[in-house]
Amino acid sequence: MARGDLHFPAVKEGVPIAALSGVGVRFGRMPVLRGVDLRIDPGEVVGIVGPNGSGKSTLLRILATLLKPTEGSASVLGAHVGSNGILAARSGIALLGHHPGLWAELTLEENLTFIARMAGAPTDGVATALEQVGLGGAKQRRADHSSHGMQRRVEFARVLLIKPQLLLLDEAHAGLDRAAQKLVNVTVSDVRRRAGAVVLVSHEPDRMLPLVDRTYHLEGGSLLPNGPAS
Amino acid sequence: MNGQTFWRQVKEIARKDLLIEGRAGEALFITIPFGAVALMLIPLAIGTDKPLLAQVGPGMFLAVALLFGMLVAFRQTAADSTPQRELLTLLGTDPAAQFVGRMATSTLLLLVFEAVLAPVTIILYNPGRIPGWPWLLLVMFLLALGLSLVGTLAGSVTAGLRTRNTLTPLLVAPLSMPLLLASAQVVEALREEASILLWIALLATMNLAIAVIGVLTARPLEESSR
Repeated sequence: MARGDLHFPAVKEGVPIAALSGVGVRFGRMPVLRGVDLRIDPGEVVGIVGPNGSGKSTLLRILATLLKPTEGSASVLGAHVGSNGILAARSGIALLGHHPGLWAELTLEENLTFIARMAGAPTDGVATALEQVGLGGAKQRRADHSSHGMQRRVEFARVLLIKPQLLLLDEAHAGLDRAAQKLVNVTVSDVRRRAGAVVLVSHEPDRMLPLVDRTYHLEGGSLLPNGPAS
Repeated sequence: MNGQTFWRQVKEIARKDLLIEGRAGEALFITIPFGAVALMLIPLAIGTDKPLLAQVGPGMFLAVALLFGMLVAFRQTAADSTPQRELLTLLGTDPAAQFVGRMATSTLLLLVFEAVLAPVTIILYNPGRIPGWPWLLLVMFLLALGLSLVGTLAGSVTAGLRTRNTLTPLLVAPLSMPLLLASAQVVEALREEASILLWIALLATMNLAIAVIGVLTARPLEESSR
């Protein structure tokens, strides 16, 4: 599958980017999510707010297809989570979590080149992506010699390079200085422009509100709509 | 996933692992030299009994290759963190490609290890000319391949577990015993100028079996590690 422009499994017209119906998750006996219904359409940016431990990261992991719900059904990019079809859909999803998934011994450029090659994306965009996130001068720096903020910037460079259809941002603004926080806006706009969708979760709603179309409140594992962000 | 994508991913995983190993030096600069030192210590312990050293030399080579080779096969630099494993999953990486790529890197490192140990064994133990010795090159390759397969499979089983460092050797040690047994029997058979085909076949069959198990279980193991 060539990764030129849009290179992930195409979602048919009318099919949501993600749809959760009655989703519940239990870790052992402890319920983490219960009865979650959520539909995200192409071009939408959805914000999920909730206190620590409310299940935000668990919800993102379901949307990232990394976790199968114990109740209800979830489909992402047209494929049911848990089915074989999800394997192809995964290449259209990017999750930016708390810890950057970089290899410490590799330089920032080598990390991004490896990621591009694994994804089948052209590697000639690596230098540009690093420039876009302000790391053009630090591309030869090893990941373990880079600050957490620089590693977070590389994550945004990955999104700009791979061009996912569903972008999941867990505490997107954490660990970024004021200049780098603009990257969140740039990245979200880039995905939206390509008719993709973005889900931002945060326990600090103020910074994400200007970016989202609608927000939800997650508390005690239940997702409650807050309505349009405006 | 087509074959071209699979082998591209295998190549990239192997290249990345080699690059990391070259910089971290866990196997090349720590485990391998220490293994060579262990091989040097045994003659000091045994003394200057040259016939005995010549007799035990090949066996010591195999034992040290196995024990330290295990450390090479499940080196820490070959273990991905949870965010790295999740990233690879979301990049559409085939877990079987990860298994094959990682195994290829370990095999290469183990061949380097054996290439270091072999001259040390010859110089210190002087085992003499073993009839049909070129077969030993094949045994060394099959041993390196088998150890890397076992180590990579054990690494897949224990991925994401906090007890990984304890559990992996416990899995690798018993699975490696047939490799040691068959390799030692090849040396013995060559010395006695007997047929080695049975033992070579055992080594090759075991390698093939572990490779098939590793590839077939790669995806379920990867899914269960999250």
